[in-house]
Amino acid sequence: MSEVGMSDNVNVIVSNAKRARKLTPEEIAEIEHEMELYPDKKAVGLEALKIIQKHQGWVSDESLLAIAKYLAIPVADLEGVATFFNLVYRQPVGKNVILFCNSVSCWITGCDKMKRHIGDRLGIDFGETTADNAFTLLPVPCLGDCDNAPVMMVGDDLHRRLDFEKIDEIIANYQKQD
Amino acid sequence: MVTNPLTKNIDMSRAPFSLTEYEAADGYQSIKNIAAGLNPGDVMQQVKDSGLKGRGGAGFPTGLKWSFVPQGENSAKQKYLVVNADEMEPGTFKDRLLMEGDPHLLIEGMIIAAYAIGASVGYIFLRGEYKVAEKALQKAINEAKERGFLGTNIAGTGFDLNIILHTSAGRYICGEETALLNALEGKRANPRAKPPFPQVSGLWGKPTIVNNVETICNLPGIMRYGIDWYHGLTKGKDHGTKLFGVSGRVKNPGCWEMPLGTPIRELLEGKAGGMQDGLSLRGFLPGGGSTDFMLPEHLDLLLDYDEIAKVGSRLATGTMIVLDDQTCPVGMIGNLMTFFSHESCGFCTPCRDGLPWVDAIFKELESGAGKEKDLQILHDHVDYMGPGKTFCALAPGATAPLGSGLKYFADDFKRHIDERCCPYNH
Amino acid sequence: MAKIIVDGVEYEANPDNNLLQECLSQGLDLPYFCWHPCMGSVGACRQCAVKQYKDADDDKGMVVMACMTPASDGSIISISDEQAKLMRERVIESLMINHPHDCPVCEEGGECHLQDMTVMSGHNYRRYDKKKRTHNNQYLGPFISHEMNRCIACYRCVRYYDDYAGGTDLAAQASHHHVYFGRHEEGVLESEFSGNLVEVCPTGVFTDKVFSEHYSRKWDLQTAPSVCTGCAVGCNTTPGERYGQLRRVVNRYNSEVNGYFLCDRGRFGFGYVNSEERLKEPAVTVNGRAESLPVGQAAEVIAQFTGEGVIGIGSPRASNEANYALRRLVGAENFYSGVADAENACNHLMLELAQDSAFCNPGIKDIEKADAILVLGEDITNTAPRVALALRQAVRNKAKSLAAANNIPAWQDAAVRELAQYDLSPLSIVSSYATRLDDIAADKYIDSLSGQVAMGCAIANKLSAQAPAAAGTDSIDAALAGKIAEQLSQAENPLIIVGSSNGNVGLVQAAANIARALHEKRQAPTALCTLMPEVNSMGLTMMTNEGQSLGAALTKISNSVATKAIVLENDLYRRASRAQVDSAFAKLESSLVLDVLPTDTTAKAHYVFPVTTFSEQESTFVNYEGRVQLSYQVHRNHSAAQPAWRWLSDASVVQINDLVADCAGDLQQFAQLPEVLPDTAQFVGGMKIPRQSHRYSGRTAMKANLNVHEPKQAVDDQSVLAFSMEGISTQKNASVLGAAWSPGWNSNQSISKFQEEVNGELKQGDTGILLIKRVANSGAYFTDVSANRRAVGDGLALSPAFQIFGSDELSAKTKAIRERMTSAYISISPQDAQTLSLQQGDQVSLNGNGAIASVCIRSQMKPGTAALYPGDNDINPHELEETVQLQSAGNKAGGTGIKGLIVSDFYEEGY
Repeated sequence: MSEVGMSDNVNVIVSNAKRARKLTPEEIAEIEHEMELYPDKKAVGLEALKIIQKHQGWVSDESLLAIAKYLAIPVADLEGVATFFNLVYRQPVGKNVILFCNSVSCWITGCDKMKRHIGDRLGIDFGETTADNAFTLLPVPCLGDCDNAPVMMVGDDLHRRLDFEKIDEIIANYQKQD
Repeated sequence: MVTNPLTKNIDMSRAPFSLTEYEAADGYQSIKNIAAGLNPGDVMQQVKDSGLKGRGGAGFPTGLKWSFVPQGENSAKQKYLVVNADEMEPGTFKDRLLMEGDPHLLIEGMIIAAYAIGASVGYIFLRGEYKVAEKALQKAINEAKERGFLGTNIAGTGFDLNIILHTSAGRYICGEETALLNALEGKRANPRAKPPFPQVSGLWGKPTIVNNVETICNLPGIMRYGIDWYHGLTKGKDHGTKLFGVSGRVKNPGCWEMPLGTPIRELLEGKAGGMQDGLSLRGFLPGGGSTDFMLPEHLDLLLDYDEIAKVGSRLATGTMIVLDDQTCPVGMIGNLMTFFSHESCGFCTPCRDGLPWVDAIFKELESGAGKEKDLQILHDHVDYMGPGKTFCALAPGATAPLGSGLKYFADDFKRHIDERCCPYNH
Repeated sequence: MAKIIVDGVEYEANPDNNLLQECLSQGLDLPYFCWHPCMGSVGACRQCAVKQYKDADDDKGMVVMACMTPASDGSIISISDEQAKLMRERVIESLMINHPHDCPVCEEGGECHLQDMTVMSGHNYRRYDKKKRTHNNQYLGPFISHEMNRCIACYRCVRYYDDYAGGTDLAAQASHHHVYFGRHEEGVLESEFSGNLVEVCPTGVFTDKVFSEHYSRKWDLQTAPSVCTGCAVGCNTTPGERYGQLRRVVNRYNSEVNGYFLCDRGRFGFGYVNSEERLKEPAVTVNGRAESLPVGQAAEVIAQFTGEGVIGIGSPRASNEANYALRRLVGAENFYSGVADAENACNHLMLELAQDSAFCNPGIKDIEKADAILVLGEDITNTAPRVALALRQAVRNKAKSLAAANNIPAWQDAAVRELAQYDLSPLSIVSSYATRLDDIAADKYIDSLSGQVAMGCAIANKLSAQAPAAAGTDSIDAALAGKIAEQLSQAENPLIIVGSSNGNVGLVQAAANIARALHEKRQAPTALCTLMPEVNSMGLTMMTNEGQSLGAALTKISNSVATKAIVLENDLYRRASRAQVDSAFAKLESSLVLDVLPTDTTAKAHYVFPVTTFSEQESTFVNYEGRVQLSYQVHRNHSAAQPAWRWLSDASVVQINDLVADCAGDLQQFAQLPEVLPDTAQFVGGMKIPRQSHRYSGRTAMKANLNVHEPKQAVDDQSVLAFSMEGISTQKNASVLGAAWSPGWNSNQSISKFQEEVNGELKQGDTGILLIKRVANSGAYFTDVSANRRAVGDGLALSPAFQIFGSDELSAKTKAIRERMTSAYISISPQDAQTLSLQQGDQVSLNGNGAIASVCIRSQMKPGTAALYPGDNDINPHELEETVQLQSAGNKAGGTGIKGLIVSDFYEEGY
């Protein structure tokens, strides 16, 4: 598995060469670990996006360039991948990302009202971040917890059978943690 | 005898079985069988004979799929097993249960499958949002590694298998097996043309089997208890048990393992407790968001691949979404269209450009701005985005609820236009 | 062969192809977008829907995509089926949802494949009444404009740019109906082949920015079949003129040469034709001042240049006719190539090899068939770019054979790529510095020129003991030489590529030894591709006596044997040291220089005569293969400039046909030259072929600001073409096919209507004439390979470096090209940079003689070596020795430095 595919030659316009940020040792160590799991650098590229996001919260242009440079893969391809997937954030997000399920079972069980309630409480719509940078609200396709609909995730935690009181409680809890 | 091989170890009120507990519950017998000289050909034959069909949605016979992997001297040395754990079909929540509830069942199933096809690497392509499953699976993989059930020279037979847990960066299309492979390769998850099938040229161009979680979870039982037992589980024509789920406004939404061939009524009115008080059944999607609507009159049909197909729908994932009489069918279909439109990968024209148009029409219908002429456009798109016309099955999946909804709920569409608003109180 | 039935008619078909390709080969109209004749199928657009029937009894059928369905024997399909037609109509309807319908202001309008397919599909009325999705556009550099709102997401651009041309900075982004095709951020498109996007894009997303600055519709352009003069490959082009200005250059299909694609030098490097600086009238220098000379006195001037003591200095960038006219005027013994000695020696050696039957000199099409390749010393991407693009296809032969073994048809483009991954046919590159092809190279060896020769010798020696080994074998990687030798000897179609750009005979000799050894093993002619740098380097070499180089001419002048010289389209200061040329001019009694633009050389001349450019005259050029091609005049020059041959010939020579006939009679090598001229017998009743399209507009009004009467159409007494709209339709005679155009097919995609079959020869096609006859196998190895040892002297061993934008003299005088040029730079290793305390971009003086270059530190440079790119003659490389010493010169030099330079191994500390 150690054989990583593709050539190490990626052309750069020399005037652009310096814009990549330096990856941290932790990030590099984790990327190196992924190299053992995938025989191809493109695959590691997608993993590296997730690693960077885990550490930085999102993937900035400088981070994108840094990954491309570290792995010697084309930055345009990496951007093509980063912008394809729902869970790679190419814009800054708040401390807590709310992934709000708005697919069919949650819709039947009233998720629109729940979403409006969150909007009222936090003053944000889908794609927005609160002024205090505490929450970002994003729609997410069916979370696969339809028997507990409506549901949402905040960070890594799943919250089920939402109602107004529960949402208030969840928001209050995360605000307390901050 | 065991009647619920998929869920027998599952109790969501406690942590899933550790490897020791799983072994004590009759698990990892297959490792012993492999050590005792069971050969890959035998496994393949047994799975073929079991009649197991893929549980991911398409229902293709698993053993037959495996048999397309080139074997022998001249075949590619590297082969891959990939488990499709990217559960993202709207209204589908069955694989989550298996992975959170009994991760070792999946690991054992993968060992069996990998042994049969000669794969030395297995990837689990897991939804990124399934954090609990991720932890449970990683723990199970680590335990199996420590126990020597994974790694090199498993059970002293020279059989190697590494299992790598991949968490998806999120995209419904990754559930399509070839798109999944592209995602695993770190590419944009556009589906690939078939042929060539992944069995011939899959992950990194190597022979690859992609199986759904639930399919793989059937294997330990088939290998442990045999064909006769497996065939005895069913109540219908298709073999084995299956996870069935119900969501929507029913009394007791949930997911249960039941024999294939169980009447739908037993699931909906028995397990799920029927409709919530004050609501009555309007229709249901039998197997997730990309299946055709069925009606109350279909409740006595059996949960079986052929039986459901007879009325123009599909068993698919077996997790039904229930539409009640106080929920707007136009709104429900519109919600699905928004989903499919957003989750189109953007590769082929009918899907990429057809779905947003359909979605926009639904938004107008819901807001009271619907136009009579747009109904014709919806009908046109059912044909235009249908099977064979698009590159993969995503848009044809979307046409299932759309086409059947236009047929069964024509009055509701008309009322939206005539009354210039959604007649339901949401 | 297979039989297929399309709408009840039986056709012969190739079962290895798909149905779309076979339908098009039969001349049937079936719309498509994502399929491309040399990029295969991916099934994205769903436009080529047809109905397929299982058998004769099947009356229901199924709608399938023709491009994704093999043309198997017995296939029964219908294009005209109502369901298939409806599907095709709906696909267009879908694509039109977001398309801006800005055809009137879109550069693609009138030659837009999307327009054609829309009309063909019968989609007329818009039903979509919602909002359109919009995109932001990107700045993509001086060549290409970006208008993403027009995009129909056929994915052709990225498939061409990335998959076919090896670009890395254009990719599909985002998803669903937001899918976007662009760079990760605004910036110059890096690929040397980016211009083909203009032709690959079926609508107006990627358009020609240079053309847009002075835009005309396709139908308003005056065009003629032409040949690119940017390098020695001889790609076929169609330049277009309007209002006396050359407006653009597009590809012209030639199945043997460039196929469907050009490089960016060829496409965008024509602007010098329109330059204000152009020489417009004959001039004479009187008392150090240039004065205009009446054209009528030109003959008298020429008459002064006859008899004793007159020499002619020819030019590799001038046509056969111009060189021949000069040669005839001054006599063969007084005709000199005007090429620097070292390159001249290489060219003559390569001409000799071109006559050896042990070898064949492959064209682009044959290069694409190679399955093991060695490039010895030549920086192809920058000296013969189209060959580099061909090598990118050649290395995929491994993928094609793997696919065949797995029963995957070659046209299943994505599947073939997926199966093969990075498994490529072996390409080995021996070079002075990391090249733009390294990403597909299995093996690389970077060294000084002498080191490269030594590596070439080592490889040859591994293949045959008769080939001399490298001198001083200690420094040569024997294992690598062995591996490359092994790869070449195992190949079915091995290919060795060498060139004369480096002016190193040893490289050519070593390459010949390798090819000869392979020939002995294979007992078949072995592909030895001998590249020359300029459009007519080969033609010039063929008509010049060996040894009559520029150096020899200058010696003859300095010895006062020659007292008068005619210099043909040649800036001698680019080919010899300033001191040498200065002293020659000082000695000459009289000199006449003919050129298109003023140069240092014209500045020294007593007489200067203006000459026409490639687009203003009919000419023939011989490419590196020995393929002679005819380039027609596109438009008239309205100054006193004339073709050089006309200045140099007497009144008896009216057309190039006269010269061509004489040249053929005179020179054995050119015996077949007349065959390249069109057969006038086909032009019934003296009718000519119009250069102007059947829709050429404003003919009566174009000059209305000057004269309200319609001007008389200019008469062309030179060729079979006319400066007019009237005459024989080009649709009927593809042998003189300027702009491809067919009913219903207004875009370049109409080419399939003119091909024997898709990707085949043009129906009445002319692919040029291969002039050089292979006489016999000399059988002899070069036993004393030149310069097969390390350079001696202090400092870094120096080799030349090249740039696609800048190394060619004329294209470098073009605005858009200049935006992509860097000033002189010298590449060195990080180790040497450290020793010399130099940083990236530092200015250094070479040997302390005042020549200034920017430092480019590259991680793959071999310590002890340096590669110099001299800029647009910013530095005269002929004034440098084999080695060079660098001294820091601070930041004295202006210019752009190395900004904009594209390299793969730009050194950065910490990476």
